[in-house]
Amino acid sequence: MFLSWLPENVSTFGRDIDGIIALIYYITLAWFIATMGTFAVFLVRYRRRAGRPAGYIKGDRWREVAWVLLPCLLVLVLDLWIDFKGARVWAKVKIESPASDVHIRVTGKQFNWVVTYPGPDGRFDTADDKTFLDEMHVPAGKPVRLTLEAKDVIHSFFLPNLRLKQDILPGRSIPAWLDAMKPGQYELPCAHLCGVGHSGMKATLIVHEATDWDAWVGEQWSGSARPGEKT
Amino acid sequence: MSAATPTYAGTAGAAARGKVGIWWFLASEVMLFGGLISSFVISRLGGSAHVEHDHLNVTVAAINTFILLSSSYTMVEAYAAAERGDRRGMRVFLGLTVLGGLAFLGIKAYEYTGEITHGFTPWAGTFWSFYYTMTGLHALHVLIGVIANATLCLGARLGLERPYRVELAGLYWHFVDIVWIFLFPLVYLS
Amino acid sequence: MSHASPTVTAVRGPHEATGFFRTYLYATDHKMIARQYLLLGLIMAVVGGYLSYAMRWQLAWPDTEVPGFGFVGPETYNVLVTNHGTIMVFFVAMPILLGSFGNFLIPLMIGARDMAFPRLNALSFWLLALGSAVVLVSFLVPGGAASAGWTGYPPLSAKAEYTGVDWGLTLWLLAHAIEFAAFLLGGVNFLTTIVTMRAPGLGFGRLPLIIWQQATAAILFLLSVGPLIAGAIMLLMDRIVGTGFFLPERGGEPLLWQHLFWFFGHPEVYVVLLPALGAVLEIFPVFSRKPIFGYTLVVWATIVAGALSFIVWAHHMFVSGMDPRLAMPFSITTILISVPFALAVFAMIASLYRGSIAFELPMLWALAFLAMFTTGGLTGIFLGSAPSDIYLNGTYFVVAHFHYTLISAVIFGGYAGIYYWFPKMFGRMLGTRLGQLHFWSTLVSFNVVFFPLHWIGIAGMVRRIANPLQYDMIAPHQWINVVSTVALFGLVASQLVFFVNFFVSQLRGRPAPANPWEATTLEWTTPSPPPHGNWGEALPVVGRGPYEYSVPGATRDWLPQRTGAAAAEARP
Repeated sequence: MFLSWLPENVSTFGRDIDGIIALIYYITLAWFIATMGTFAVFLVRYRRRAGRPAGYIKGDRWREVAWVLLPCLLVLVLDLWIDFKGARVWAKVKIESPASDVHIRVTGKQFNWVVTYPGPDGRFDTADDKTFLDEMHVPAGKPVRLTLEAKDVIHSFFLPNLRLKQDILPGRSIPAWLDAMKPGQYELPCAHLCGVGHSGMKATLIVHEATDWDAWVGEQWSGSARPGEKT
Repeated sequence: MSAATPTYAGTAGAAARGKVGIWWFLASEVMLFGGLISSFVISRLGGSAHVEHDHLNVTVAAINTFILLSSSYTMVEAYAAAERGDRRGMRVFLGLTVLGGLAFLGIKAYEYTGEITHGFTPWAGTFWSFYYTMTGLHALHVLIGVIANATLCLGARLGLERPYRVELAGLYWHFVDIVWIFLFPLVYLS
Repeated sequence: MSHASPTVTAVRGPHEATGFFRTYLYATDHKMIARQYLLLGLIMAVVGGYLSYAMRWQLAWPDTEVPGFGFVGPETYNVLVTNHGTIMVFFVAMPILLGSFGNFLIPLMIGARDMAFPRLNALSFWLLALGSAVVLVSFLVPGGAASAGWTGYPPLSAKAEYTGVDWGLTLWLLAHAIEFAAFLLGGVNFLTTIVTMRAPGLGFGRLPLIIWQQATAAILFLLSVGPLIAGAIMLLMDRIVGTGFFLPERGGEPLLWQHLFWFFGHPEVYVVLLPALGAVLEIFPVFSRKPIFGYTLVVWATIVAGALSFIVWAHHMFVSGMDPRLAMPFSITTILISVPFALAVFAMIASLYRGSIAFELPMLWALAFLAMFTTGGLTGIFLGSAPSDIYLNGTYFVVAHFHYTLISAVIFGGYAGIYYWFPKMFGRMLGTRLGQLHFWSTLVSFNVVFFPLHWIGIAGMVRRIANPLQYDMIAPHQWINVVSTVALFGLVASQLVFFVNFFVSQLRGRPAPANPWEATTLEWTTPSPPPHGNWGEALPVVGRGPYEYSVPGATRDWLPQRTGAAAAEARP
């Protein structure tokens, strides 16, 4: 009921995130069925009928209380399971980052994404930088390192198909990474209210096949070294 | 409001109610100043609020601290007098407390004037923003205390005094003092 | 009992208030103030509902003229989304659940004649009324009303040039400051009353649960709002004086606001939720004729949840740019908080076991609360887990989640309380035919409005966008927005049914007996509505716990808390 609504995943860590979402989904679904099922059974069975008085159960003895405390213990165990499984995925996406030879700076501003490539010299803010508006190119099957910045207010870098979201605070550079597995075009909306133009502030992520990527790079920097590679 | 005092399971009486009420109120005040002061401390640890107390007048602030602390003492004396039923003593000490508070505000205004004329305005940097916000909010509390104490003092002159109100005002006044005891070293000394 | 011969001083209640001014404008009687809060909350609910109507129309049929509102577009949309949230949380939920229920029930349920500080109580209400007026006025100033989201994140909210809204946002901040002051004073009043003015024999272990919940809510509010007031002062300074607390170009830190806001924001959720939970906990025993299961456990669950709510705030900020190593500790505290709430839900279900359940209107709302709240609680696990929050944060999944938790509290818990205490409050019974219609249509339309929003959120629709059709991923799912909006018409229409019932029943309803539900707590031993001073000559004396239903060997299936001669008179 929930999982089928997820858009297609095309990133490496996206699978892990979907796995956590599925885990939580099945656990919460089981709880929902168990609690609401019990609830419904009680409502039907113990509806008021003439000549059947209610029981006097205060729930102040351990034998009675165990009926609610044991399920709570189970809740606690399942909670911790979700958290420990989640901790690894979180670390993978947000704390560790793989080595990468493609480095891109994305700057959010009211109301565009400015995507900057450092060019052959591998450094930003030099003459061979190339800048694109609302258009981001990455190679498939390669980790890409991102530096996220914002010019004015808070924006949020969101790639639904790559299960990646990161708010961007002005005045800071926030690192992120992605590794797209499947070539294609994907939407990159801003996920944080940023003003009048927030609705419709989006870019297109274009994931290139390896050969296609080389061609694209060659086109941009006319045959010189690939962006991000140190010369 | 002429209802006789009924008997409750909890402690009864306007004095007890007032005391419980003021303590809860002060608890939330602690969180207000706590939020502001922690924001300042975190900003300093993060390096964005450079301390510029070279440009603050520490001597004058120290004198001011002394005045405010003394006014806490006169407040204690006012309450002691109220407890004894010494109306005159209560009025005198309340009056002295009010004077102490006014002197504190006057000196604070003198400090502000000096700083602003040297260009250290509230928008001159994060430290100054915090400085004016924290001490300004504190000064506002001093002003409210002065008004409360002055009201009690004038009320006593008109024969309206209720001793427990002096205790409540005293709790508030000591709180205002304690906040300053945190602010003074944080802003001026450290 | 230590209260073998309580000193029941013969006191006359305070004089009946006379004249229009004393009765309505400068009322100090807690019951009148409770009615004032209720009316104010309902009026503001109409405003908030109107905004949601315009908002949902725009989402279903973007950039078309909204009947009865006009053209929306992105600029107005941001105003709608901001003020809908602000009004519903601060000017509807809090006035009804705390202001009205708290003021009405605390003195009546603990056996007091009024609140501890009646004039302060009136001041609280009028401050809130002033705050509401400021919010409404902010729509009229040049530049329009606030449009930086109900969370008001700077830098967007810190500079007029970022939103184009100048005075509107300043007034919005000011309205909050006034509202905070109102509920801060109100909370002091609640706590003082509960601590000092309980009737003879009413120890803490015999307090009705809703009093525990109101007290916990008041403490949470008192202790959490301070930092946000500090933050609001700083934001006002940034806007007016030109400081740079939250502006990076002036050396400030935008993230600081988020910490201050959510340090308040999460306890605030429980400030709204707990009184509603309390109302439901009062209703369950009455209509299943059983004691609540595990009174002590529920009290402890409330306290533990309240305490935990102070250390979970950063779960709203997993992807905010804060140090990612902080996420796991906050994820653990967040998921832990599900334990006390699970306990409360299990205890409520256990309370039904071997009961004699009557599906009267208050009970229907209470049961629906339990089902909706469980749903909202379970979807919260998705957001409390940091990795799945990477994807779901800021999407409509969040919108669906918090409407299931907050609406279950405000609508289902709130109506449960209103239907249950209406006879006491207004002295007449609320009509059951319209009541049934109201309940079933609300239950169905609410779920049709909000359940599909989970799906569109999972599909990637982000919050606070004025036009979903701008996104290729969302456009194919636009039918969900249409369904949700159409169902909202039903939700609004069913509230109109309530309004009709509410006002007609006040005038023409069947006169209510003192104790129409055969309930045990103190408020049902006074006439409906209770007179000024509540208790006549003598204060009530409490002889037992609040939920003594179906006690074996008793002649009736309920034993009132109140003992002594006065209790006998109060039989239905």
